[in-house]
Amino acid sequence: MNAAVLPVSEGLDTILRERGQREVFCGLTGIVWLHRKMQDAFFLVVGSRTCAHLLQSAAGVMIFAEPRFATAIIGERDLAGLADANAELDRIVAELLARRPDIRVLFLVGSCPSEVIKLDLSRAARRLSDSIPGVRVLNYSGSGIETTFTEGEDACLATLVPGLPVSTDGADLLVVGALADTVEDQFRRLFAAMGVVRVGFLPARRAAEPPSIGPHTRFILAQPFLAETARLLAKAGLKRISATMPLGAEGTRAWFTAIAGALDIPPSRVQEVTEIPYRRAESALRRMHAHLSGKSIFFFPDSQLEIPLARFAANELGMRLTEVGTPYLHRALIAEDLARLPTGITLSEGQDVERQLDRCRAIRPDLTVCGLGLANPLEAEGLTTKWSIELVFTPIQGFEQAADLAELFARPLRRRARLTV
Amino acid sequence: MQLALWTYEGPPHVGAMRVAAALRDVHYVLHAPQGDTYADLLFTMIERSDRRPPVTYTTFQARDLGSDTADLFRAQLRDAAERFRPAAMLVGASCTAELLQDDPGGLARTAGLSMPIIPLELPSYQRKENWGAAETFYQVVRTLAAAGEMPPALDTRPSCNVLGPTALGFRHRDDVTEITRLLERLGIRVNVVAPLGASAADIACLPAADFNVVLYPEIARPTALFLERSLGQPYTRTIPIGHQATREFVIEVAALAGVDPAPGLNPAEGRAPWYARSVDANYLTGKRAFIFGDATHALALARVAASELGFEVVGLGTYTREFAREVRAAAASYGQEAIIADDYLEVEAAIERAAPEIVLGTQMERHIAKKLNIPCAVISAPVHVQDFPTRYSPIMGYEGANVLFDTLTHPLMMGLEEHLLHMFREDFEFSGDAVPSHLGTANAPASPAAQSPADFAESEPVIMAASWADEAEREVRKIPFFVRAKARRNTEKYAETHGISVITLDTLYEAKAYYAR
Repeated sequence: MNAAVLPVSEGLDTILRERGQREVFCGLTGIVWLHRKMQDAFFLVVGSRTCAHLLQSAAGVMIFAEPRFATAIIGERDLAGLADANAELDRIVAELLARRPDIRVLFLVGSCPSEVIKLDLSRAARRLSDSIPGVRVLNYSGSGIETTFTEGEDACLATLVPGLPVSTDGADLLVVGALADTVEDQFRRLFAAMGVVRVGFLPARRAAEPPSIGPHTRFILAQPFLAETARLLAKAGLKRISATMPLGAEGTRAWFTAIAGALDIPPSRVQEVTEIPYRRAESALRRMHAHLSGKSIFFFPDSQLEIPLARFAANELGMRLTEVGTPYLHRALIAEDLARLPTGITLSEGQDVERQLDRCRAIRPDLTVCGLGLANPLEAEGLTTKWSIELVFTPIQGFEQAADLAELFARPLRRRARLTV
Repeated sequence: MQLALWTYEGPPHVGAMRVAAALRDVHYVLHAPQGDTYADLLFTMIERSDRRPPVTYTTFQARDLGSDTADLFRAQLRDAAERFRPAAMLVGASCTAELLQDDPGGLARTAGLSMPIIPLELPSYQRKENWGAAETFYQVVRTLAAAGEMPPALDTRPSCNVLGPTALGFRHRDDVTEITRLLERLGIRVNVVAPLGASAADIACLPAADFNVVLYPEIARPTALFLERSLGQPYTRTIPIGHQATREFVIEVAALAGVDPAPGLNPAEGRAPWYARSVDANYLTGKRAFIFGDATHALALARVAASELGFEVVGLGTYTREFAREVRAAAASYGQEAIIADDYLEVEAAIERAAPEIVLGTQMERHIAKKLNIPCAVISAPVHVQDFPTRYSPIMGYEGANVLFDTLTHPLMMGLEEHLLHMFREDFEFSGDAVPSHLGTANAPASPAAQSPADFAESEPVIMAASWADEAEREVRKIPFFVRAKARRNTEKYAETHGISVITLDTLYEAKAYYAR
């Protein structure tokens, strides 16, 4: 398909923009982690059998016998207009809530087919919210025609923004982006030590108990893919703190330092609070250098975490970047990570998977970060790969996880070296 | 609309992919939005395929709608034809593209490609994965088998095709090997195996065979019917799963081929019948088995469980609605009402009610059984990475019968172990909740939250008519967990039919005597 090479500034040699087959998940996939994060929320996809099958396959091994997500599968009768889609939806929601009385927030999640047939889920959500006491019904689209993988989380969190309670004693700091509970707890402890007491996390562990905000609240992204959420928070009058993503020892410290700067906390205080975990992370990373330093790495586009990850791999692990692909490049949100990338690399946005595979085969990087559909075939061609989805499903943020993140890159290389078969 | 938590089958285009990925040199251009590429990982991760399925997705986005999705399809088709140079091109739409009505078949026909075009019309909102695989295979054969030219047969042995195995099939790879060996032992030449491993040229050679062996009717029956109708090739009805069925299969193919069945009737490797007659296997008698899967595997396994292992079939069902009639008839022969459902919650409820000692099912039932703490063996798709073992592991033919004997007995408590548990049920290391020792601790009741069979029996409101006296309650808890649910159920049923409102120690033992086998 068509490709455009644009010269850019900011120390990057080229940005390759491509259009073609994309080997990425759609936004529905975010449900796999969001439904675990928000323990009182249920995600009802209004879609096709394909949507149900995707969720089942993306959730991998069907780990959760009864998950807090489901699909209302559109049938022929719904398309033919024989069944009133709204009445059908009401019936299914009633059935669902009868089974799960613990649910406080229900997300109606739009899909490709529901978007194409123009099923108005926002009206349905308002109607259901009004008619079901004690349950908030929200809606967003996770459709593949509109969202790529992690954009599903962005769309979900964006629906939560208008519902955040506003108060003058609202949080001083709002951390935006789903983080593993352990990471969240570590961050809370560091914030407390820094003297930031009123901290809110979005999403909250209970969707029915969202953090409150005020005109003074500053927010920071913990994930790079939250463009729409960030836009709505800014529109609500909140100022964004710009920082590298909290990946690695340096990235995490820069993230905390930026927060401290915005909240008028003296730099010495941050230094003092983060010193021990920083040293710990740094020395753990130094040990990984032996495995990773000088190794070349190629990123296929997947989660939009690619640029922050590339920054970490290059600057904290000494890896050599080749091509760094991302589904979308939101310059403003990852400006700090972008600015720290080395020169001489190819940055690509979008995808034509066949051409990108050709480039990857030509480069033969030491490590290729790619999706599950590509990993085994590339391994069979003699390349060493890291499944990118693990970078989304594993706690990688923060000081204590810096070495875990490095280990995700190191393990496939170590394994390849160890196996003699 | 239908509420689905887990589904037994994917959409029909995934069935088409299973056929495309099984064939050697076709390509499939699928009109589909971003995200539908998830299906690739079924092949590369679950089956550990070392190549991507031969599928190109058009990846249209919202901004393309209404303008140039058809152009996008044409461009992707051209690129795919040039890059992959397939011997035949399948074209079709996934669920979303079906709504756009771009007519991939029509667009492909006018694209001026040199290879045969096979348009697939797979109604996503009516049909499912197996139907999609069957329809795709049929369309491939209809297009390619009619057109091709056959080399003259030099081999004068009677010959057959083996139809039905696909990519991502439950043990298809090894079943094909096993059945091919069996056919060769009978002096029957295997002309073509399809779709698994066949090229477009092989498909063109299908008419050269004398008859067809249908291994998986869910996928191959429409094709076999077509070949019977158009070429007069008869096809086999017996599915060679289990020792007896394999013998019957041998007799059937020998008759079709006009050869002596004897070399295939009493093979040395047929160990399962002797193992079943061995005194050690006495403990298997009357084990309550619940069976659910695709129709072919459910039907075959019910027969194996009942007549080759001596189990009692306490539940039988399928998600294959196309074969509901056959499954209903078989269930009736075991005194059961068949469960025809693609709702796993319904299957879960049926398993709870039946209180089986072993579940033979799909990955879905494995989860249900794990939750209910019941031993389970997977015998049908939907599959999981573990269903593609490295070792040779067919379930068809005589070796397949051996594999099934092991698969169906290993999850169970072994005979002597079961007796010892009954005798010394209060040994502190040997509690009634003990799991089979050879399975280690992995299956032990994991957390207080995990339901034991006793718990789910208690949660059945229907059978709570009588209440339990403390002493009887304590006694029933001494019964090992794998029979406790049954004991409790029988006792309550006994109490109910005898108008007993409080179950005492005596009621418990009266019921035991009443239901003694």
